[in-house]
Amino acid sequence: MPDIFGMPVAVLLGQVLLGLINGSFYALLSLGLAIIFGMLNVINFAHGAFYMFGAFVTWMVMSWLGLSYWPALVVVPIVVGAFGAAIERLFLKRLYQVDHLYSLLFTFGLALVMEGLFRHVFGSAGKPYPVPQELTGVLKLGFMFLPVYRGWVIIAALLVCVATWLVIEKTRLGAYLRAATENPSLVQAFGINVPLMLTITYGFCVGLAGFAGVLAAPIYQVSPGMGSNLIIIVFAVVVIGGMGSIGGAILTGLSLGVIEGLTKTFYPSASSIVIFIVMVIVLMLRPAGLFGREA
Amino acid sequence: MTDSRERRLELKGLHSWYGESHVLHGTTLHVNRGEVVTILGRNGAGKTTTMRTIMGIVRKRKGEARLDGHDLIATPPHKVAGLGLGYVPEERGIFSSLNVAENLTLPPVVKSGGMGLDDIYELFPNLEGRDKTVGTRLSGGEQQMLAMARILRTGADFILLDEPTEGLAPVIVDEIAKALVKLKALGLTIILVEQNLKFATASADRHYVMDQGQVVDEFTNERLVSDMARINAHLGV
Amino acid sequence: MQTNKLLVPAVAAGLGILLAAPAVVFPLFLIQLLCLALFASALNLVLGYAGLLSLGHAAFFGGSAYVTAHAAKAWGLPFELAVLLGVAFATLLGLAFGALGIRRHGIYFAMVTLALAQMIYFLAVQMPFTGGEDGIQAVPRGKLLGLVDLSDTTTMYYVVLVIVVAALILVWRVVHSPFGHVLAAIRENEARAVSLGLNVERCKLIAFVISAALSGLAGSLKVIAFQLASLNNVSWHLSGEVVLMTLIGGVGTFFGPIVGAAFLVSLEHFLATSGLPIAAIIGAIFMACVMVFRRGFVGEFLHRRKD
Ligand SMILES: Nc1ncnc2c1ncn2[C@@H]1O[C@H](COP(=O)(O)OP(=O)(O)OP(=O)(O)O)[C@@H](O)[C@H]1O
Ligand SMILES: [Mg+2]
Repeated sequence: MPDIFGMPVAVLLGQVLLGLINGSFYALLSLGLAIIFGMLNVINFAHGAFYMFGAFVTWMVMSWLGLSYWPALVVVPIVVGAFGAAIERLFLKRLYQVDHLYSLLFTFGLALVMEGLFRHVFGSAGKPYPVPQELTGVLKLGFMFLPVYRGWVIIAALLVCVATWLVIEKTRLGAYLRAATENPSLVQAFGINVPLMLTITYGFCVGLAGFAGVLAAPIYQVSPGMGSNLIIIVFAVVVIGGMGSIGGAILTGLSLGVIEGLTKTFYPSASSIVIFIVMVIVLMLRPAGLFGREA
Repeated sequence: MTDSRERRLELKGLHSWYGESHVLHGTTLHVNRGEVVTILGRNGAGKTTTMRTIMGIVRKRKGEARLDGHDLIATPPHKVAGLGLGYVPEERGIFSSLNVAENLTLPPVVKSGGMGLDDIYELFPNLEGRDKTVGTRLSGGEQQMLAMARILRTGADFILLDEPTEGLAPVIVDEIAKALVKLKALGLTIILVEQNLKFATASADRHYVMDQGQVVDEFTNERLVSDMARINAHLGV
Repeated sequence: MQTNKLLVPAVAAGLGILLAAPAVVFPLFLIQLLCLALFASALNLVLGYAGLLSLGHAAFFGGSAYVTAHAAKAWGLPFELAVLLGVAFATLLGLAFGALGIRRHGIYFAMVTLALAQMIYFLAVQMPFTGGEDGIQAVPRGKLLGLVDLSDTTTMYYVVLVIVVAALILVWRVVHSPFGHVLAAIRENEARAVSLGLNVERCKLIAFVISAALSGLAGSLKVIAFQLASLNNVSWHLSGEVVLMTLIGGVGTFFGPIVGAAFLVSLEHFLATSGLPIAAIIGAIFMACVMVFRRGFVGEFLHRRKD
């Protein structure tokens, strides 16, 4: 097999694929962040905590209720999303009139509370979650052996991202969402219940984070800190992509996962900061972000 | 003045605020079924604010506002359209993230008897065949037509039209004037805010003059035409 | 103004208490309090006076702490030079963060600073000289100007007290200088400030760099006094906590951050042995503060007096 920069292509392709797994999580989370930001003008710092919450609820319904992976994949996002919707109704809603920084700080506090409580109750150590029976084993791809579950994560995340994108760009509901992002009071004057729409949107995007949590449970150890580590990277992804575009958020998330994967092969010690370095470069060259509309 | 016709809109001593700033200071006016009534006044008189207060876009308000007997002050903002009120805002409010077709079908239908697409294209031929164009790529005149068309589609029978001719070329103004006459013939009730007196007098029944958040004068259309000096004094022309 | 009449006696009383405090309170606890008060005041300079929310200030505090610790321990630099080097590092870092982030407004600025600071955190985890999870331990305190031995914690406390008070006076001067008024004008109405011909970005950047330098000073002092540089000092938790201190004390008031730091440091001190989840409690206070107490202690006090 040929080499690229002294790396066999097979190894390289393998890394790209592994990068896509992280990228899938970045995409799912930054997609939700971008939609929430667009509609509610809220930077949802708690997004990582909801992801962690999703993973924990998955673990809890398995160990306490004996619920298996597949029902969890449906139930958990709903539970997490409903929790998010309640948070929006009870708290965030009251912060729309004041400086947007306050809602960021509120969700920051919420993330601390959630992470702190889980740490208090479950300890910091990770909890294992088994890969579901149907998805064990490996796929022989010619250039690598890909565990089936990891392939499933990429496919499931991509499907959900694309479906969300389609709903927003192509449906009537999506048209309401886009219009309300631009001019909520006019949309409201047309007879659409915008506050309800905001609650549902927040709940849905938080549900997406919960979905990412379910997907993550069998790959990463379920632990209280898993969300905050991830969310800051996702913030960098969002700064790189710019908040203007849903499709942009998905693409940026996936490609940064790949870039990170490749860095792991070529220069492992830089892999934890490569996304931040990309962010610095983007900020220098295109301050509004790759897909951003406003600075 | 005698009113033989049915009252639709009734504003009595309406006050409203943007945050701390008090803009409407007891506005009182009424509109009967099928009438076209204009609100005239200098810049900043409170004409747009009156419309926004009726629609519930301005939330901080006091006084009385009724449409067909429904208390508008008590109606949540997303239920106002359901009473048959359609709002065509001054800045037109065409969405840049929606194409023409999406802009046109955005407002939900609120009553039966709204215009179908054929009627709409007959009224505004410019809009036909532009479905996939980004809303804000239309010319100013076309955007105005789109803003009106999307309301006419919903079956709203009481239209608030805020300065539809602002910044438009005379040919387009004529086209919109013609449309307005047709709408009146269809029996729609309309409040029109307008700076262009020629346009205003072409279809209106009555005129109110606002200043500093209050209605300060009222004319029938005939009186306005014969007493231009008085209206010019109000408008400071 | 009534408040001014109160100001001088209040400050004098505060200083008196601080001078006498080591007799009754652990000096190390007091040092912690002073350092965080300075840190929060530095953050307030950008948050309260320039209207920029930075969620990455731990990078300056902790970055400077690491540099100072390394300079004092590995290079054997004296106290003053080690601290100076730390501050210089924080200043440069502030310049870099500021230059990258200042063009992005409000919420974006918060995200950019948070992400940049996280990069510093990862560097601190990985770089050989920072000691990874262990940090840099047994940092020597040395002697002040080669004369005053700082190994006595009470002496250390008084040195920190003098430096922190001097730094706070500097903050006061900045806020009440023409530059401070320009910042206030920008915060009130940025568009108008631009139309008045003010170089808004540069003013914000200067404020940000001053703030970074002072945060670095706070971190350097703390690392010398505690003789330990650790990852906690560069973590996003600390960046958040210092925002909370400022918020709960009163954003945009001079004494707010000091009161807020005193409140939070004391609270953490008492909670430390309680077995309660400290981070969760701090988070809950954060939420409550944002919902119902946005003026903070000092802001609320000033507001009540005005009525
Ligand atoms: N969003 C707002 N916030 C604060 N004040 C406002 C706002 N919108 C309008 N005003 C003020 O309210 C007053 C009335 O404004 P309004 O837009 O109703 O005037 P108008 O009669 O429609 O004027 P024009 O002919 O220029 O459209 C003005 O003094 C204006 O400055
Ligand atoms: Mg107007």
